Amino acid sequence: MEHQYHISSSPHIRDTLTTNKIMQYVILALLPTTLFGVVYFGLDAVILLVLTIGSTVFFEYFYEKILHLPITIKDGSAFLTGLLLAINLPVSAPWWIGILGGAFAIVVVKMLFGGLGQNFMNPALGARCFLVISFTSYMTDFSYDAFSGATPLAELKTDGILSSFDLMDLFVGTIPGTIGETSVIAILLGAAFLVYKKVIRLTIPVSILVSFSAFILLFGSSSLDIHYLLCQLCSGGIMLGAWFMATDYVTSPISDQGRIIFGIIIGLLIGIFRIFGASSEGVSYAIIFANLLVPLIDKISIPKPFGKGGPKNG
Amino acid sequence: MKHLSFEGGIHPGDFKDIAKNHEIKEVLPGDIVLIPLSQHIGAPAIPLVEKGDEVLVGQLIAEAGGFVSANVHSSVSGKVKGIKSSFSTTGFQVQCIEIENNHLYEHVSFDSRLLENVEKEEILERIKNAGVVGMGGAGFPSHVKLAPKNPEAIDCLIVNAAECEPYITADYRCMLEASDEFLLGIEVVLKLFDKAVAYIGIEDNKMDCIALLQDKCKDKDNIKVIPLVTKYPQGGERQLIHAITGRKLNSSMLPNDVGCIVNNVESFIAIKKAVIDGIPAYQRILTLSGDCLQSPGNYLISVGMTHQELIDQTGGFVLTPSKIISGGPMMGFSIFHLDTPFTKTSSSIVCLHEDVVSMCESSVCINCGRCVSVCPSKLVPSRLAKAAENGDQQGFMDYHGLECIECGSCSYVCPAKKHLKQSISNAKKQIIAKNRGKK
Ligand code: SF4
Ligand code: SF4
Repeated sequence: MEHQYHISSSPHIRDTLTTNKIMQYVILALLPTTLFGVVYFGLDAVILLVLTIGSTVFFEYFYEKILHLPITIKDGSAFLTGLLLAINLPVSAPWWIGILGGAFAIVVVKMLFGGLGQNFMNPALGARCFLVISFTSYMTDFSYDAFSGATPLAELKTDGILSSFDLMDLFVGTIPGTIGETSVIAILLGAAFLVYKKVIRLTIPVSILVSFSAFILLFGSSSLDIHYLLCQLCSGGIMLGAWFMATDYVTSPISDQGRIIFGIIIGLLIGIFRIFGASSEGVSYAIIFANLLVPLIDKISIPKPFGKGGPKNG
Repeated sequence: MKHLSFEGGIHPGDFKDIAKNHEIKEVLPGDIVLIPLSQHIGAPAIPLVEKGDEVLVGQLIAEAGGFVSANVHSSVSGKVKGIKSSFSTTGFQVQCIEIENNHLYEHVSFDSRLLENVEKEEILERIKNAGVVGMGGAGFPSHVKLAPKNPEAIDCLIVNAAECEPYITADYRCMLEASDEFLLGIEVVLKLFDKAVAYIGIEDNKMDCIALLQDKCKDKDNIKVIPLVTKYPQGGERQLIHAITGRKLNSSMLPNDVGCIVNNVESFIAIKKAVIDGIPAYQRILTLSGDCLQSPGNYLISVGMTHQELIDQTGGFVLTPSKIISGGPMMGFSIFHLDTPFTKTSSSIVCLHEDVVSMCESSVCINCGRCVSVCPSKLVPSRLAKAAENGDQQGFMDYHGLECIECGSCSYVCPAKKHLKQSISNAKKQIIAKNRGKK
C-alpha cells in the first residue's frame, strides 16, 4: 500500500517556542544592562565582552570538534554563558581572565558533565567563583577610570549606611560593580521582557527577593529600616542573580513548588552571607550552593499526581 | 457566573473559524461501502450476512460479539459483496462488510416511542439494539456505560460539550442546529438515574451555544448549562469531572466511582435517535477542516464511506496536504491514505498543509519545567519520558506514568520539541501489556 501522507504520533501541532528562541530572548533581555555597562565603563568593557563570549563559543566548538560530538554552538547557550560571565566580571579584570573563565565555564562546568541540560551548576557562576578564588585581587578590584573606593555593599557592611552614594545612583547604576550588575533599572527592564515572553516565571526571583528582604528586616543592622533594605536590594549582584542567574533552567528545580523552596534558600543564604559573612558579596555562592541542593529539592517537591489520594470507589 | 476549569493545560490556537459557520450538510456514500466490524472498544461484532444477501438501510448486519461490544447496521441498501479487510483510522487491520450501494436508501421500518412511554429497561435495550457507542473517540458501548453497578448513586450526568480540540466544530453545530434532539437525548438518559442532574459543560468560546441552551433549559430543573474556561484538555474526562463537580478521579477509577456518567454531545443525539425514533447508529456528524480543503465544514456522513469519498464529494483539496488526521490535532491519529472507512467514532478529519511535527527536530531537555506546569495529571513528563527511553519501567511507575491521560500538552509546549507523549504512551502500552500477561 502506498504511503501517501506523513505519519507521526499526536500531538500534530506544536507551540512555536524553541530552545533557540528562549536563548535569544534571554540574550535580548540582557542587552539593556550590557549596554549600560558598555556606556558607563567604556571600551574595556567591550573588549572583555568580546573576549569572554568568543572564548565560550570557541571552546564549545573546539571541545565538540576534537571529541567528534555534534556541534551545538548554534543553540545559543554558549553565547549566553559567555555573556553572563562577562557581565559578572569587573571591568578592570585583565583580558586573559575572560578567556580563562570562558574555558572553565564551558569545558569544566558544562561539557565534562555532558553538555547542555546535564550540568548541575550554572556555568557562568561556576567560572566566576573559580576566578574569584584563584585570582581574588583581580576579581574584587572595582576601580575604574579615576574612581577607587568601596562598593555600596562594602559601605553598607562597614558603616551600616551609604555615605558616598544615594539610592538613585543604585537604581540607575552609576556605582562600582561588575559590568552588568550595577543598573537595577536596566536589569528589571530585561527581566520584565522575559516575564512578558513567559521565558521565566516569577517563582524564583520573587521568592529570593521576599525571603532576602524578610531576613534583612529581621537581622539587618537597624531593624525595619526600609531605606536600608532598599539599599541592600539594589546593590551587589542580587538583582542580576535573582532574575538572570538563579532562573537558569538547567540548574534550578523543575516544578514551581521546588522553585519556591530553591528561591527561599537562595534569599536566606544571600542574607546570611551579607550580614554574617566575611566578604560583602555572596550571591554567586548562594546560588551555587542551592544548585547543589536541586536533586534533593526536586525529590521533595514533585507534584502529587492528579486524583491520587482522592476519593476511592465513591 | 464564574467559568469553571482545572489546573494545568494549554491554549493552542483554536482554528475553529475554518469550519464553525458551515451548516451541517449530508453527504451520501458512493457505490461501495466498507462497514467495519470493530467500531468500538471490546470484541468485534459477528457478521450476520453473507455474500449475495440483500440488505436495507438500518438493517442489523453484525451483532455484538460479547458483553463489551456493539451491534453494527447497514448504512445503505444493496447487496453484500463479502468480507474484506481494511486499515482502520488507528492503523490496524479490521474486517469490514463490503456492500454494493443501490442508491435507493430503502430502510427497515423504524419503530418510534414517546419519552413518557419508555421504561428504564426498554431504554437500555433500545440503545443496545441500535449499536450506540461513545462517539467522542474511544467508542465505549453506551448500553454498558449507562448500566453501572451503582445506578442509584449516580448524581451527575456530565455532558462533554467542551470540544476543546482545535479545528473541530461538529458538537458546536449539533448543539446549535439540533438542540432539541440533543436535550431530548439528555432527558432520555436522565430517566435512567433517579437522582441525577445533567451538567452540560461548554467552553466559553461558544457563548452563542451557551446562551441558546441556557434559554431552552430555563424551565428544566435537572439540566444545567455550565460555561467552562476555553483550555485544552478541558474535555478530558477527569478534567471535566473535576471542573464541574470538584471530584477527582485517577487511572484506576471510573466516573461512576464518583457518582458521574460522562457522555459527549453526539452520543446523546444518537441515544435520542435510538430510543425515541428507533433509528440505529449508522450515520454521524463530523468536521472536515484544515488549510487544504475546497469546502471545509460539518457533514452528516454514513458509516462505511471512505475519507476519500467525502473529500472528493466536497470539492477536494486546494493544497496538497502533508498530513491527514483522523480526530483532532492534539489526540487524533495520522492516517497514511484516504481509503480508510468512517466509523461511528470518526469525529473529524483535519488536513494540514505543513506538518509542524515532522518539521521540528528534537533536542535535549533544558529542564525548563514547562511540561510540568501544563500537565493536567500533575506528572513530570520529562522524567517519565527519560525513564521510558531508558527502558526503566520501575522508574516510570515510581513517577506514576500510568496516570498519564495522553493529552499531548507536554509535547505541545516543549521548547526542545521532545516527543514526550509518544515516549510515555509507548511505555504505558508495554507495561499494560506486561501486566495483562501476568494475570
Ligand atoms: S504527561 Fe500525559 S497527561 Fe501529562 S501533559 Fe503529557 S500527555 Fe498530558
Ligand atoms: S518542556 Fe521539554 S525542555 Fe522543558 S522540561 Fe519538559 S522536556 Fe525538558
